[in-house]
Amino acid sequence: MSELVNLTIDGTPVSVPKGTTLIEAAKQAGVLVPHYCYHPSLPSPAVCRMCLVEVEKNPKLQPSCVTTVAEGQVVHVNSVNAKKARESVLEFLLINHPLDCPICDQAGECELQDYVFQEGRSGTRYEDYAKRYNPVEDFGPDVLYVPNRCILCTRCVRFMDDVADEPVLNVSERGDRAYIGIDPAHKLTHEWSGNVVDLCPVGSLVSKDFLHKARAWDLDKSASVCTGCSQGCNITVETRDDAVVRLKPRPNLEVNRHFMCDTGRRDYRWMNRGDRVEAPLVRQDARLQATDWLKGFEALAALVKGANGPVIVLASGRASVESLALTKQLVAGKSATLAVQIPMSKDAEAPLKGVPNLALRQERAPNAKGAEWLGYSKDWSAAVSAAKSAALVLVVGAELSDAEWASLRGAKAVGVLAAVDALGDEVAQVVLPITTVVEELGAYVNRDGRVQRYWPAKAAPGMARPAWWVAGEVASLIAGGDAPQSVEAAFKVATTMAPQLGGVSYSELGFIGRSTAAAPAGVA
Amino acid sequence: MGYPHPSHPKETVVLSKYFGDAGARTYAGWTERGGYQALKKALGMAPDQIIEEMKASGLRGRGGAGFPTGLKWSFMPKNDGKPHYLVCNADESEPGTFKDREIMRWTPHALIEGCAVAAYAIGAEMIYIYIRGEFTEPWTIMEKAVAEAYQAGALGASAMGSGKRIEVVLHRGAGAYICGEETALMNSIEGKRGNPRIKPPFPAQAGVFALPTTVNNVETLAAVPHILNRGAEWYKGLCLSSPKSTGTKLFSVCGHVQKPGNYEVTMGTPMMTLIDEMCGGMRPGRTLKAVIPGGSSVPIMNVAEAKECLLDYEGVVAKGSMLGSAGMIVMDDSTDMVRVIMRLAKFYAHESCAQCTQCREGTAWTVKILERILAGEGEAKDLDLLLDLAENMTGKTICVLSDSCAAPVVSGIQKFRGEFDAYLSRRRAPAMA
Amino acid sequence: MNAAHANVPYEPVFVGPMKQKLEALYPKYPTRQACLLPALWMVQEARGWIPEQGIAEVAQVLGLTPAYVKGVVTFYTMYHQHPMGRHVIQVCTTSPCGICGAEETLKALLQHTGCQELGRTSPDGRFTVVETECLGACGFATPVLIGNDFVESVTPERVPGLLQRYA
Repeated sequence: MSELVNLTIDGTPVSVPKGTTLIEAAKQAGVLVPHYCYHPSLPSPAVCRMCLVEVEKNPKLQPSCVTTVAEGQVVHVNSVNAKKARESVLEFLLINHPLDCPICDQAGECELQDYVFQEGRSGTRYEDYAKRYNPVEDFGPDVLYVPNRCILCTRCVRFMDDVADEPVLNVSERGDRAYIGIDPAHKLTHEWSGNVVDLCPVGSLVSKDFLHKARAWDLDKSASVCTGCSQGCNITVETRDDAVVRLKPRPNLEVNRHFMCDTGRRDYRWMNRGDRVEAPLVRQDARLQATDWLKGFEALAALVKGANGPVIVLASGRASVESLALTKQLVAGKSATLAVQIPMSKDAEAPLKGVPNLALRQERAPNAKGAEWLGYSKDWSAAVSAAKSAALVLVVGAELSDAEWASLRGAKAVGVLAAVDALGDEVAQVVLPITTVVEELGAYVNRDGRVQRYWPAKAAPGMARPAWWVAGEVASLIAGGDAPQSVEAAFKVATTMAPQLGGVSYSELGFIGRSTAAAPAGVA
Repeated sequence: MGYPHPSHPKETVVLSKYFGDAGARTYAGWTERGGYQALKKALGMAPDQIIEEMKASGLRGRGGAGFPTGLKWSFMPKNDGKPHYLVCNADESEPGTFKDREIMRWTPHALIEGCAVAAYAIGAEMIYIYIRGEFTEPWTIMEKAVAEAYQAGALGASAMGSGKRIEVVLHRGAGAYICGEETALMNSIEGKRGNPRIKPPFPAQAGVFALPTTVNNVETLAAVPHILNRGAEWYKGLCLSSPKSTGTKLFSVCGHVQKPGNYEVTMGTPMMTLIDEMCGGMRPGRTLKAVIPGGSSVPIMNVAEAKECLLDYEGVVAKGSMLGSAGMIVMDDSTDMVRVIMRLAKFYAHESCAQCTQCREGTAWTVKILERILAGEGEAKDLDLLLDLAENMTGKTICVLSDSCAAPVVSGIQKFRGEFDAYLSRRRAPAMA
Repeated sequence: MNAAHANVPYEPVFVGPMKQKLEALYPKYPTRQACLLPALWMVQEARGWIPEQGIAEVAQVLGLTPAYVKGVVTFYTMYHQHPMGRHVIQVCTTSPCGICGAEETLKALLQHTGCQELGRTSPDGRFTVVETECLGACGFATPVLIGNDFVESVTPERVPGLLQRYA
């Protein structure tokens, strides 16, 4: 435990570790000091001068982002002097700003807009002087630079310099002619460069992918976990009219700090697929016929009960801990081989150098570790080839290639829990509709053994339900007993199967998850 | 001697003794004139002794801030095992100031010797002399002098045969006023944009290359050998007014005087002695209107203030301004103060490094308002706006460039309001097509 | 701008003696980056300005990125980002010189060089005249820097004679 320092911020006493900055200490007092250049994951240059606060006995206002706490300090964030200083910074920032909020993607989540609304001047004193004008510039595959909106906070430059370790941005020129420059021969192609868009407090760096797609206030947001690889970056899934329109990193200081990679960021279009299985389908008269859930359960229960011989489970690497556990329970007592599909990238890991233990991993699925703990094998091809002669193949959310589906014709029976229509229709006796990560509650275990929850972001189509619920219901038809009706109850089943999950309480996972004892040494 | 004018009898000629004497530029010439005795002496002293001598002399930084030199040196850590650096600030760019240029042009070895003594005192082996890019002639002269000093063994692995390593590297700037700010200067040496740094850490803890560093102005360092040669008591005795301001000071006088140039006077000399006697007074038929006494960054003084002003750190403050770099801009009754102030603001707008919001935007906005007033299109409220912007630009940024832009605006409006009002009342009607 | 420069292929600056000159600086600084300003001066001396390829070359030689170097180049006004005339004339017009007739001197220079406008190169390619901030010789108004020649007390009358010295 480091030494604590006591101080008062806007009348609230706080105790914080020595070395804490005033801006962070103020958060402890429930006071957000307005700021632009400061970002907790970047070095502070103290250039925007927005976070100036009054510290008693100090004649000058102090930049709270670089001023550290001192014993007995009395700090005023909302004193007359501090507010006047902030009001003037806002006025200075606006004189050259185009005020094009109606066509700016950042509107509604813009820190310039927010703070001006909160404590800026109501009118301008800049009169009819010309504003600085520079044309929009292409900064890379997914980034546009709109210099007229830029407030020169330099977060983007510092991210590329100090975090990504690929200095391709700069501040060019000086005085009021300054702008953010880029190496014309090396744009923002770094795997993590999309973060500059998130870091930009205004609408100066915008995503081409998201350009003019939605207004910030039309978006619904849900906490989730990126499914792009086994790193388990915490993300926010943002939807408009029930369609996912973008993924944003969600702060988790122990996993991804404030960042996510571009591969993960781009990986959302599948979440909006329209070719979904929307009802339980049972083969009748050589055709799959839509039916109700009970008939669906009974059909799958019959397949499981009737399987006299090897059972192969082919599960998706995106399947939750809960779904994998209940599927395992469903085939308990059978001679079952459990396998999980973990696509491996041929590309090397793409680390974000400035953050320890953060990279786009080669294992391109979010729950490889959870699957491993629950006894699922990663030897996919062995499982697929064994499936050819199995008594029963159970496909849980996995997306098989055409050839793989075709090879399942050799199996005696095929049952499928699927989100999307696929060739499985031709070989399966039963197809039951399940939800995807953005339509259900669940948990993943990342590569470091950290258990993290995700929440639904959009409505499930038709009759689709989480795979754990489907598997649980079918299992209870076979073996009796109550099927779990909550995700927490389903998770409890998993904790009985994987010793690594033994001590984990679902309610304690919260929004940032927790490490298990199985986490390797040195990983927070 | 004196340059460009012969020394005036009322000057106290110490640093400027050989201005105009090309013979003093060479190593041989300089040693003939008593040069390098101080360095020899210093190398036989304990570093702390030298620092104490500087403290006792009362020498204060001649670059503008007037911080006591001995005290500054004493901030350098002792026996920390790290390399230390001495940086000489020869980025003289403050409008109205041109004294360091003459020191380098005429007495380059005085500077080298002062640097070497200071380096020894603060435990530095490496000295960077940062010379502004525009100073092509001082650069050439300094380059030659450094080479000679190496050749003569005054510098190098064993300076003056002392066994102490003292190296001098000349570093050329490339056109940025702000690099005269010591932390910006250190960034510039490191090959970065000349952005001022946040303090703390102070240079003595983490300066150039993040190592303990002392930054001193050319004139300060040039005075050091004289103090060692003649003693702190002698230097301290050069004082006509405040005991806190000792020694001689080079005043660069420019503008509307008969004989602009550098004048070296004892601290506490009356301003009017300098202007009227040494500089020959105003041009024929003209009278004094205003003085900016310490380089363009300090408040403007009116005639009444100038007439009573004694030239030392305290004396100028008492009359509403600051001694700064002692670059005196003297203006006569033909001067358009609004235009002068606009042009100064334009200077700061051009030189703002772009880091702090108030400075980047405020300096440029100030220029626009002043230009509008000059164009006869100003409005009465513009003056209040200028004053409010100046307040918002003062004391709120990393360095004082923004404050420096505000100072002449505020003092100009306070002391020469009539000239602003004249522009405002002559407001032209919109031109008819 | 001088169109003739546009089609000239870029020849690396840091070869042979220039490379040695740069490498001689390395021991004087604890980092390579510190040699950036000197290296840029060398490029400018060799090429008359600092083209994009020069930025790339300096970056490569010193182990920096072109974007970083560009940020530095654009900070310092003495580094020319465009081709210039053979003799770049920098005229101080800051207040101390401004009140002593610098504007008139500037006008004379623009006229007699044939540049007519600030920043434009004369049709014969000899001169480019730029306004500069305080040259640090305010007692010698108006100081003018022509290439590396620092000329004091330039008055409009002196301009024609002065220019004759530059071919």
